[in-house]
Amino acid sequence: MTGPEGVRAEETGATASPPADSAAAPPPADEQGRVEAAAAATGARGRSRLRLGELRNVGLIGVLVVLVLVGALTRPAEFLTYDNIVVILTLASVIGVITVGMTFVIIGGGIDLSVGALVALATVWATTKATQVYGTGGVIFCALAVGVGCGLVNGLIIAYGRIVAFIVTIAMLASARGLAINISGGHTQTLNSDNQALVNLGYKDHFLFGRIPPLVIIFAVVVALGWIVLNRTTFGRRTFAIGGNPEASRLAGLNVRLHTLLLYVVSGLCCGIASIMLIIMTSSGTSANGNLYELDAIAAVIIGGTLLSGGRGTLIGSVLGVLVFTTINDIFTLNNLTTATQQIAKGVIIVIAVLFQRLLAERRAGSSAS
Amino acid sequence: MTSSQARDVRRRGFLLSGGLVGAGALAAACTSNAEPEAKAPTAAAAGGANDKPGKKVTVGFAGPQADHGWLNAINEQAKKEAGRYSDVDLKITEGSNDAAQQASQIQTLINQKVDVLIILPADGKQMTPTARKAMDAGIPVINLDRVFDTAQAYRTWIGGDNYRMGLNAGNYIGKRLGGKGTVVELAGIDTLPLTQERSKGFDDALKNYPQIKKVGRAAAEFNVQTGQARMAELLQAHPKFDALWNHDDDQGVGALQAIRQAGRKDFFMVGGAGAKSAMDAIKKDDSVLKATVLYPPTMAASAVRVARLLGQSKIMSDLAEQELPSSITLFSAVVTKENVDTYLPFAFE
Repeated sequence: MTGPEGVRAEETGATASPPADSAAAPPPADEQGRVEAAAAATGARGRSRLRLGELRNVGLIGVLVVLVLVGALTRPAEFLTYDNIVVILTLASVIGVITVGMTFVIIGGGIDLSVGALVALATVWATTKATQVYGTGGVIFCALAVGVGCGLVNGLIIAYGRIVAFIVTIAMLASARGLAINISGGHTQTLNSDNQALVNLGYKDHFLFGRIPPLVIIFAVVVALGWIVLNRTTFGRRTFAIGGNPEASRLAGLNVRLHTLLLYVVSGLCCGIASIMLIIMTSSGTSANGNLYELDAIAAVIIGGTLLSGGRGTLIGSVLGVLVFTTINDIFTLNNLTTATQQIAKGVIIVIAVLFQRLLAERRAGSSAS
Repeated sequence: MTSSQARDVRRRGFLLSGGLVGAGALAAACTSNAEPEAKAPTAAAAGGANDKPGKKVTVGFAGPQADHGWLNAINEQAKKEAGRYSDVDLKITEGSNDAAQQASQIQTLINQKVDVLIILPADGKQMTPTARKAMDAGIPVINLDRVFDTAQAYRTWIGGDNYRMGLNAGNYIGKRLGGKGTVVELAGIDTLPLTQERSKGFDDALKNYPQIKKVGRAAAEFNVQTGQARMAELLQAHPKFDALWNHDDDQGVGALQAIRQAGRKDFFMVGGAGAKSAMDAIKKDDSVLKATVLYPPTMAASAVRVARLLGQSKIMSDLAEQELPSSITLFSAVVTKENVDTYLPFAFE
């Protein structure tokens, strides 16, 4: 088999709902056929690929179960409590939303190293005194606009300036964080008393039904929307096709450049949403926010089973990856272990998780081949 | 697609990005943090004959990148203090965390033949040779906070006392608890010597109180986001404890948020460094934050003063010595509701 394999396009096939991506060019009548053709050109194997994806997720769920057992055994009184689960899910939601955007970009054959810096810039820009004058709506709008705007710049230069994504987004990483430091002057900017409505969302008396934190709901909504767009729309199928084989997709009539541009806008939008969530959580914005988020997000996407070269991957896997990392953090802090030990264990667990997945996948592939 | 078409698309792309830059310029109006500049608090007024204008002194100042509230305050304090003296000309470089870049910035100041150099190195060890070069060229160096490898690289060192910061935090907590209870520590970046010293001082102080037990410790990264995350987890790990020491007020903003979100009020919290937000909270007395241990950024103002005295060959009139001291270690005062008004003007944002 040559090149990156596997496009999940035909899994959803003819049952797909009408395209929801009105932003993209209206698809011609035989769009379906062309996407199929592009998919076929990349050498998809359809059904067995789906099983492989599911298997990877099963592996991750296994890791998660082991972690939960470890947590429950080492700190029986504290780990499996409602409060602690809320903490884990809340901490997972910010990086989780970013990971959703990152999954789109990576499946589409790109990479976005600027997410952490975008979060820093968006939280800072949205919490300046000048922005806060416009109230809560102004803060939210500003964070989203900065995220989308930076994503647009990334996408334009990558898609139409034809510079490698790695370089463009690393340049954005440097300049966005620089701008964030410039604007904030290195200060931690807190929300003033007019904008406490946002901060209140983090408090227990604002939980939905008194039990579910709004941040976790935002996370769930973003994941659900992301899943639908990726698996049930033309936009999603095009993402797989372009990531799998951009040349074949172009020959099949897809507007590869426009689509690539949109992928970075999606990532930027996710950064904007995550920034609002971070402002809710910390009541402040600072240029030190989002440090190394790009690595956390990419690590979650990779252990979630998405191919770094694009064309294959699942959103659920990425979300599981985020949950694994957040749970590890929580267990280590609960057990009073030092940061150094945490890092060692994190590295080991990443390798074990990926090895475990590969063994499962290989055994499966072996048995289905015979 | 023909090449002319491709060029067309590319041109359109550039036009679009041009429009974006325009929109960005409009939005940039939103980045302002300006507030009517009214107060200009400077360090405690200097008195006596030393304050009278004397020989003109050119002072070079090189610090790291101001990416943290405290470092930012260092730059501001230096500028404000220099502005108070008509006989001081401050040449301040753009801060950098890159050792090579900071070395070249210092070299530029040496070439400009400044009279005295103030250096807050990004990394003390790495900047030692550069500082020695200045000393060899006859320019006295004032080493701010992060100490050089050898005393030959500076004339005078002025800095804070991380060990005593931990010591004072521990003793304050010990006394306030009446020598009995459980304590949790939220440290800063664990690999930094300053964090280790703060923790050692804290532990040493707690040894004075055998009935106080440190039950938990986690390390954040001096920013709000990790402060919030680690604190949220610590609160789960310890459903009940009596006191918390947080090493840094910047990450404390996040930690306080986590405490409010968990609705916890069963303990009191002591901060570190002396940020304005922390002192405001102490003054208002409406949160668990009851005190903070200073790591005074006014050391930069003191450095400018010492530099001026060095340049004018004057001495500290309050000491009996005929020369300026070679080392000045600042005291880490504990700021509480009772004395907060004294320190509030020097708090950093």
